[in-house]
Amino acid sequence: MSAEISAMDPREELVEHLPALRAFAITLTRNTAAADDLVQDTIVKAWTNIDKFQVGTNLRAWLFTILRNTFFSDRRKRKREVADPDGIHAGRLAEAPAHDGKLAFNDFSVAFDRLSPEHREVLILVGASGFSYDEAAEMIGVATGTVKSRANRARQRLCEMLELAQGEDPVGSSGDLTKAVMGSSGVEAA
Amino acid sequence: MRQEMKKKDEGAPPPDEKTRELKAQIDQNLRRVYEQALEEEVPDRFKDLLAQLRGKAGNQ
Repeated sequence: MSAEISAMDPREELVEHLPALRAFAITLTRNTAAADDLVQDTIVKAWTNIDKFQVGTNLRAWLFTILRNTFFSDRRKRKREVADPDGIHAGRLAEAPAHDGKLAFNDFSVAFDRLSPEHREVLILVGASGFSYDEAAEMIGVATGTVKSRANRARQRLCEMLELAQGEDPVGSSGDLTKAVMGSSGVEAA
Repeated sequence: MRQEMKKKDEGAPPPDEKTRELKAQIDQNLRRVYEQALEEEVPDRFKDLLAQLRGKAGNQ
């Protein structure tokens, strides 16, 4: 009988979401130590506020919301960004770029790190962790249209940085591609 | 040829196929960034923390 009760307690499901929470934290902070502190704060907050979770709704989305709110409010308090002191991504620039006509992943990683946390957040939510624009909007606390335009701007920034990073042009016509992704403003500027 | 040039100057419609391809590549790389982070082993401190919280809840 106690097994039945604990199966219904969302606190018992927290453990299943640890890898995703930590991955989200790492993509936001780009620093393992900071990510672990963030996950720890998130777990404690989730545990103590579990009565605010509506059973039947998406627990992962709820946890991600706590995590990102904690991250951005801490960041506002500190007002400065942690600049990868553990050097998670240091050295990646030194690796040889791939010349297979695809965006080189190393270049991509470096460009991704240089995005603002807001841009990293929106791209990971809608581009990698499988949330819809509507879900991401609810988590970030903005309108769906804002999520879409923020995601587009983040993709533009990546394209711009990757174009700068490419000494030669493995894609073949990245200038045109950047313009295409940038839309009308890029065409006007050209 | 001349027509094409003129068209380009006026702002040719974006090459949708190329844009889609680039977007697909970006999303593929984004998933890789996320999956790389997902593959990292979760430190024991979090399971310990949950056990601690559970213990506290049990004592109350």
